[in-house]
Amino acid sequence: MLDFRLPSEYEDLRKTVEEFARDEVAPVIGDYYERCEFPYPIVAKMGAMGLLGLPFPEEHGGMGGDYFALCLTLEELARVDSSVAITVEAATSLGAMPIYRFGTDEQKAEWLPSLTSGEKLGAFGLTEPGSGSDAGALATTARLEGDEWVINGTKAFITNSGTDITGLVTVAAVTGTLPDGRKEISSIIVPSGTPGFTVSKKYSKVGWCASDTRELSFQDCRVPAANLLGERGRGFAQFLRTLDEGRVAIAALSVGLAQGCVDESVRYAHERETFGAKIGTYQAIQFKIAEMEARVHTARLAYYEAASRMLRGEPFKKQAAIAKLVSSEAAMDNARDATQIFGGYGFMNEYPVGRFYRDAKILEIGEGTSEVQKMLISRELGL
Amino acid sequence: MNIVVLVKQVPDTWSERKLTDADHTLDRESADAVLDEINERAVEEALQLQEAHGGEVTVIAMGPDRATDAIRKALSMGADKAIHVSDEALHGSDVLATAKVLAKAIGTVENVDLVIAGNEATDGRAGAVPAILAELLGLPQVTQLRKVTVEGTTIKGERETDEGVAFLEASLPAVVSVTEKINEPRYPSFKGIMAAKKKPVSTVTVADLGIDASEVGLSGAYTQVLEAAPKPPRSAGQRVEDGGDGGSKIAEFLVGQKLI
Repeated sequence: MLDFRLPSEYEDLRKTVEEFARDEVAPVIGDYYERCEFPYPIVAKMGAMGLLGLPFPEEHGGMGGDYFALCLTLEELARVDSSVAITVEAATSLGAMPIYRFGTDEQKAEWLPSLTSGEKLGAFGLTEPGSGSDAGALATTARLEGDEWVINGTKAFITNSGTDITGLVTVAAVTGTLPDGRKEISSIIVPSGTPGFTVSKKYSKVGWCASDTRELSFQDCRVPAANLLGERGRGFAQFLRTLDEGRVAIAALSVGLAQGCVDESVRYAHERETFGAKIGTYQAIQFKIAEMEARVHTARLAYYEAASRMLRGEPFKKQAAIAKLVSSEAAMDNARDATQIFGGYGFMNEYPVGRFYRDAKILEIGEGTSEVQKMLISRELGL
Repeated sequence: MNIVVLVKQVPDTWSERKLTDADHTLDRESADAVLDEINERAVEEALQLQEAHGGEVTVIAMGPDRATDAIRKALSMGADKAIHVSDEALHGSDVLATAKVLAKAIGTVENVDLVIAGNEATDGRAGAVPAILAELLGLPQVTQLRKVTVEGTTIKGERETDEGVAFLEASLPAVVSVTEKINEPRYPSFKGIMAAKKKPVSTVTVADLGIDASEVGLSGAYTQVLEAAPKPPRSAGQRVEDGGDGGSKIAEFLVGQKLI
């Protein structure tokens, strides 16, 4: 039977995170954002609540939940702030998930307890200065010398890679050439602090200012051969899977931002007066907010459906791409409209909508651009 | 150490709260209902004591059916089981009736060493139930605490009031009430939320507790709300322009209000 209601345990989780975001994140995040500072105390609290271990089984220190529990959490966090949400998204879906899914028992035992508890953060190094969505064009290499991988290359825009608590970066690298001439790509775990692995200073970003994003360089960086994640040559398949899931997570995060824009706009429409009446009494504002609400509602349904297919183990590539496409556009459109509703105040960083506006654009770019989502959708249609 | 924590579901302080026109009782439909924040602290204190001394934490709540949400939250924080006293007859109960019912409910839990409550609910704000309860149970009352420690069969607490801090000591079993300074309550984890679904909650009526329905509720109440009016909107206040004498103008105003 078709039923869109959340089961009670998911609803309780959603409420808990809503309360946490309202009470613990909202009052302080503006200052972190302004100073472009990573919010360690918030991350520690999220770790204590188990938010970084949601989709992992208890034997690995996780909460025994699933990917949808993570998505709901990301949505509620992003309703208040996207920097915090992307930190959780990257730590779970990109940092810990590949190790959980593809790692050996030893790798899981070594890394997962500290990653799922939030004591350490993991990062995923795929994008390079010269290759983003065209991940097959990556140029970082790793060659096996004796019982060590020697890694050379540069990674760009890597979330969570340079915090004080970053434990590892899983690096996608070219490890050889396949018989058909294509690159053999593998994933290798590089612990933070490994000689030859340099983390550059933080980027100056338009948005997501309280999250940690770095460029990484590898110069004859040596790690044990045992740090290969899963099988050699499976890197491409691994990150395609990781990215498909990540798209649903980014969709959830986008829905959160789009919802935050509605929340703020409705509140402001009740407060702000112009020409002797509350602005919410004017149809110009009402219709804008109605459109915003319609966008966020449809985008939410799209990501719920993609997530439900994923959890049932059905193909979800097309649904994930659609969810990512429509929700990131909803976020961008809602941020633009919310800023317009707030007028001059919307342009001030001290109001959340100013932050939403700055944080929205990256959603149409990261985890596959909107154009890439359209490519994926049309490919699924046999075009 | 077996601990009973008393919890109450109240309207969320974030939403607009009002009384019904019919009988001036709380309009439960008008606001989101949540576990009272002060009770989250009471639960947290119980869990910390349990972590240090072992035993079982039982949650007791009196309230309509929907109070199960508040109970589930306390269980998802980590409490072991719950008793929910739910009965139409309880509608409009005053502090005496409430304490009477809670005392009977506590009596159904075996070997209780400590009862922990919030010092006052954020809705009714009577702040009297823990003390009345202690009298009814014949236990020492150690109320308004900002700090609690248990050593053997002795409970020590710091009671903070406007007059100062009193250092109290009593032997267990005892009734304790805590203030908002006692601790920072934990947020339930997803693991805790899922575990809470399997924890036992027994629902009882006043008859089950051996109480006559006429002793509780609006009819059994010793006080009656005759009239209720909404708070008048806040006035705009008085603007003081500082022409060099702003300080003395403010002082004059405060003197006029008998504040200094």
